[in-house]
Amino acid sequence: MELTYGEYGGRFVPETLVPALDELEAGWKEALGDPAYRAELDDLSRSYGGRPTPLTLAERFAPGKRLYLKREDLLHTGAHKLNNALGQALLALRLGKRRIVAETGAGQHGVATATVCARFGLDCVVYMGSEDMRRQRPNLERMALLGAEVRPVEFGTRTLKEATSEAIRDWITNVEDTHYLIGSCVGPSPYPEIVRELQSVIGREAREQMLAAEGRLPEVALACVGGGSNAIGLFAGLVDDAEVRLVGVEAGGAASLGSGRPAVLHGSRSSVLADEDGQVLDAESISAGLDYPGVGPEHAFLRDSGRAEYVGATDEEALDAFRRLARTEGILPALEPSHALARVAELEAELVLVCLSGRGDKDLAEVSAR
Amino acid sequence: MSEQEAAAGPIPNPLPPGGNQGSEETRADVSRGRGETVAVRPKALAVYLMCGPEAPALAEAAVQGGADLVELGFPFSDPLADGPVIRRAAERALGQGMRTGPCLECLAATRERLPDTPLVPMTYSSLLEAYGWERFGSDARSAGATSLIVADLPAAERPEVRRVQLVAPTSTDERLAVAAASTEGWLYLVTLTGTTGARSELSPALAGLVARARERTDLPLYAGFGISTPDQARAAAELADGVVVGTRAVEVAEEGPAALEKYVASLRGALDS
Repeated sequence: MELTYGEYGGRFVPETLVPALDELEAGWKEALGDPAYRAELDDLSRSYGGRPTPLTLAERFAPGKRLYLKREDLLHTGAHKLNNALGQALLALRLGKRRIVAETGAGQHGVATATVCARFGLDCVVYMGSEDMRRQRPNLERMALLGAEVRPVEFGTRTLKEATSEAIRDWITNVEDTHYLIGSCVGPSPYPEIVRELQSVIGREAREQMLAAEGRLPEVALACVGGGSNAIGLFAGLVDDAEVRLVGVEAGGAASLGSGRPAVLHGSRSSVLADEDGQVLDAESISAGLDYPGVGPEHAFLRDSGRAEYVGATDEEALDAFRRLARTEGILPALEPSHALARVAELEAELVLVCLSGRGDKDLAEVSAR
Repeated sequence: MSEQEAAAGPIPNPLPPGGNQGSEETRADVSRGRGETVAVRPKALAVYLMCGPEAPALAEAAVQGGADLVELGFPFSDPLADGPVIRRAAERALGQGMRTGPCLECLAATRERLPDTPLVPMTYSSLLEAYGWERFGSDARSAGATSLIVADLPAAERPEVRRVQLVAPTSTDERLAVAAASTEGWLYLVTLTGTTGARSELSPALAGLVARARERTDLPLYAGFGISTPDQARAAAELADGVVVGTRAVEVAEEGPAALEKYVASLRGALDS
């Protein structure tokens, strides 16, 4: 098999989907080469999404450092997920698919997908684990208001892993008229490449903004990693700058890169929390967006090559960072990027960039309960 | 079923019948294992069962009921090609400790009871990835496997893993040709776009898929996914050379070997009628 990222990636899917992935790949290449696609995406990102998102200096959160936050929380819908949803919705329209299916964990990708479907008049079905529906209730209500049908997934861990499986099963069943709008840089090829490209706007903007603000690049760039889409988008803008340390922060109980092994999950080979027989294990995290036993294959590749490093943060450390950012900077971060914030203080570096991938309104109940 | 009857199993390795597109004169009469000789069964019946402590006895019952081939599911935690019934069966099997090693033992135990029936493990890439792709193929065959099915490994990938290839209504002619050229023994036609599971009607996509596959191979074509009733089996077998029944068999198997044998016999009857 032609693997996309070193020994990772590939297409481990039932035959039914292979022609659809071929079609998607061809359509994606065509779109990338079409200035009209780029122009429409750029225009929507500005006029509808609110790009470029600002870079905020967070002096009180990290005294003694110059910590900049890339404010994806200020993007329309409140998280970086819109970058990908907009780009894939435009792609679906080019492919003539009028029905969109998606999975969601924290609900941010589900909301972004429901949003673009409302904007373009597409049918939208979002699969969400019932445990995540419980702990991310505000996003559930948002999706309903946006006209999406949210289908609960009631088996297994009732979280993102099973929601993804069900979304893929829906796609297998309705592949003729349906585009699967995957939310992270996971899944069979070409999905990881598509999501990376659509999220790379984070890194491109941040790099320019950093140079404008400080006249130099950050010493360290951090982002949280569940499936890894905001991290891969941030890293994409800096991976060629060898002097910039790239650090991904996983949830302690969902460290696919920290304690995983090569396995096949959701259509690609990557580093997965799995047992020695290749059975996928349950992840566990307070953050529904990081609560996933797999990770994008490019992250596994970046880890092995040494270009990026991956560390963990516990639920408690993330909660502490969440509360501290609220009180010191007046910003309520989502629990997901709170994991990245938790690793800032111990860095020796002075100039640090963190992708603040989303806002924390959705997490208030979960945080208050702890 | 006595051991003697089991040993007199109806179908020689490696291939079950149905490969000659219905040309009667190429078929010899075979024993049904009860001492009488019956007219040849022109259509093959494959039954899927999940590996587990009861699987060898269930497989024997299925063959007694008239199954020509048994697929043995090696459970995976995240089976994308499967609907709720087989997914739940996989969860239960994993809960009983049915990892790769015990599944291979289950296969060997089934082979002991059924020396002449083609046995085909069906599983997912992650198990082979963990076990070692070539080692899995080799150990499965040592344990009695006739071939192998990997539900999430598309044709053309890992050609060194000899297996039964699957094609679907969405497969292009080019992919059909690749699958037909590399499949082992027979070609598995997925009758519909969807996951495993019973449906109310036989998929209308099957006829076109059979026609396209026939143009590219002389190997037997077995239709699976969405076939659960005798009527559906008969209708599918009018087009294809055999049928694969999974979900309903897994459900009936929960009621024990006697119920499974009766159910399989009802399918056999429909295919032979």
